[in-house]
Amino acid sequence: MRLEKRSQSSRLALLLAPVGAVVFTLLVSALLVWWAGADVAQTYGLLLRGGFGSVFALSETFTRAIPLMLTGLAAAVAFRARLFNIGAEGQLYVGALAAVAVGGLHGGTGFDLPVPLLFGLMLLAAALAGALLLLGPALLKARLGVDEVVTTLLLNFIVLLLVSLMLDGPMKDPTAMGWPQSVALMGELELSKLVEQTRVHSGLLIAAALAVAVWMLMKYTVLGFDIRAVGANARAAAFAGVPVTRTVVLVAMLSGALAGLAGAIEVAGRTSYLTLDMSPGYGYSGIVIAMLAGLHPLGVVAASVFVAGVLVGADSMSRAIGVPTYIADVIVAASLISVLMATLLTQYRVRCK
Amino acid sequence: MNEFFDILANPSFWVAVLRIATPLILGTLGVLLCERAGVLNLGIEGIMVAGAFTGWLAVYSGAPLWGGVAVAALTGALLGGLHAFLTVTLALSQHVSGLGLTLLATALSYYGYRVSFPKVNTPPTVQPFQEMSWLGIPVLAQQTPLTLLALGLVPLLGYLLYRTPVGLAVRMVGENPQAAEGQGVSVAAVRSGAIVAGSALMGVAGAFLTLSAFNAFFFNMVNGRGWICVALVVFASWRPGKALLGALLFAFFDALQLRLQQAGDALLPYQMYLMLPYVLSIVALVLVARKASYPQALMKPYRKGER
Repeated sequence: MRLEKRSQSSRLALLLAPVGAVVFTLLVSALLVWWAGADVAQTYGLLLRGGFGSVFALSETFTRAIPLMLTGLAAAVAFRARLFNIGAEGQLYVGALAAVAVGGLHGGTGFDLPVPLLFGLMLLAAALAGALLLLGPALLKARLGVDEVVTTLLLNFIVLLLVSLMLDGPMKDPTAMGWPQSVALMGELELSKLVEQTRVHSGLLIAAALAVAVWMLMKYTVLGFDIRAVGANARAAAFAGVPVTRTVVLVAMLSGALAGLAGAIEVAGRTSYLTLDMSPGYGYSGIVIAMLAGLHPLGVVAASVFVAGVLVGADSMSRAIGVPTYIADVIVAASLISVLMATLLTQYRVRCK
Repeated sequence: MNEFFDILANPSFWVAVLRIATPLILGTLGVLLCERAGVLNLGIEGIMVAGAFTGWLAVYSGAPLWGGVAVAALTGALLGGLHAFLTVTLALSQHVSGLGLTLLATALSYYGYRVSFPKVNTPPTVQPFQEMSWLGIPVLAQQTPLTLLALGLVPLLGYLLYRTPVGLAVRMVGENPQAAEGQGVSVAAVRSGAIVAGSALMGVAGAFLTLSAFNAFFFNMVNGRGWICVALVVFASWRPGKALLGALLFAFFDALQLRLQQAGDALLPYQMYLMLPYVLSIVALVLVARKASYPQALMKPYRKGER
């Protein structure tokens, strides 16, 4: 068997690749459902209904999609420049820490600033915290050639311990009866709900607007062009006069900021305080979402709703018939591998000798 | 300061160092073998989870302990086969497929655990490997046979890599695949073989956790050890002997932070001590960065006849 490069790949094939990959994944995962002794059609039916089948289900799915959209954008931007940022999980948590530090500490006085200003300051602090956390690994990569994958992964563990430290000490909520949770944000800083009696909040609009902004940045600006050039071939880009190090650093700041915002918006929109289990791996799922979307910022919006739907649907299905919720993680991880293969098939054709 | 020397003077400290080092030695050798052949294997974290789970499950269902280790190695080899298919046959991004493999192997293991044990609150246990008290050497006698296996594999892998034709082929495809192909070496076969074998070692590293260090399977039990192995290989400049040294050094600091944490008058919050291993891994990466001599073809996919 050998692979032969296609001279051009059709747009239709590029659009269909993720769909085909997901269908393939669902077929393979059906074996696991069957192994668990459940009826496959019923399981998938319940999963679909639990994720997309009612107003409540949709509201939960969209709520879950908000942080995923932002971590997905963080991964998409960075991967486009071949900066493998696997640290979105840690960046999300430092963003949440910064948000609580600005909007929750000081006895809830909020520096006596007007609310809109304080809100902006909170988001800025979160974005900056995420950006700075990725700046170190990006500089180490650019200056010393240290692989950013390992450093960002290790930083995730360090940050989680830092959060635990803060929740035990300076940010501890004294009224939480010993539960490790932070003080709450000022009530005025919480994001408003989009639909009455659901949890879906206006963070959805912020995330979607950022997706459009990132898309325009990538498509219409010089920086966007530089990012794509560095990702396509860093040496050729440098030869053509693209400031490679500067671009990598800017990409890192942008990617880290997006992930940091995910943390702030989660706190302001959903939990109102920070806990150690706030993110069930949103940072890692963001990578899958970015790949499913073919690293396209607008594709990230769709992919994050899909992944959120699978996660939410699996929770509700598991409560009903007891197939473990981990089936959702299997589906998400297997989708990543199948979409990699499907994308390859759009660029290469398989020849059997 | 006295406290510090008290810790070092206690043989049980050195027993702990060697115990902590064992899975790191096995995992680091696994990563080293893959990377020497030119392929990054970020699947290690997930392969260790899968090895820990399947090895333990086999013993729980009645297999002998070494049977469990074999099952873990086989699981690792199978997952390694998938990684080889993705990164060698299809020449996909080694970063992304490795991460995908970690996510998939972890999710499959947790799913399998929950399907097999739907409603348990305390994890079921097995009878793990026993200490080798017959072995009259202090510190080593308090270890299990898996530690001996890990220590034995270090010179074995060194011999294999530097003194045999197979080892030469592995290093060649990792340095210059075009030249290797010119010498009639099948790059795809050698790379795939190295990934499968290396991944089997990672599976055994996972099994050490459930069959020797502990006696049950827990969620999050691997806890970044796989990523630390990836860092240790860079620190060891891709040499088995230095890998052993790195793993021991790392285990020394890890054991030390555990003792300092327990020493009643801990100066710092316990989280600071727990951070130490991860911080040290990053520091180690930075320290060797300038003179790190990566295998030249590492992370470069090789497609026959394509430049």
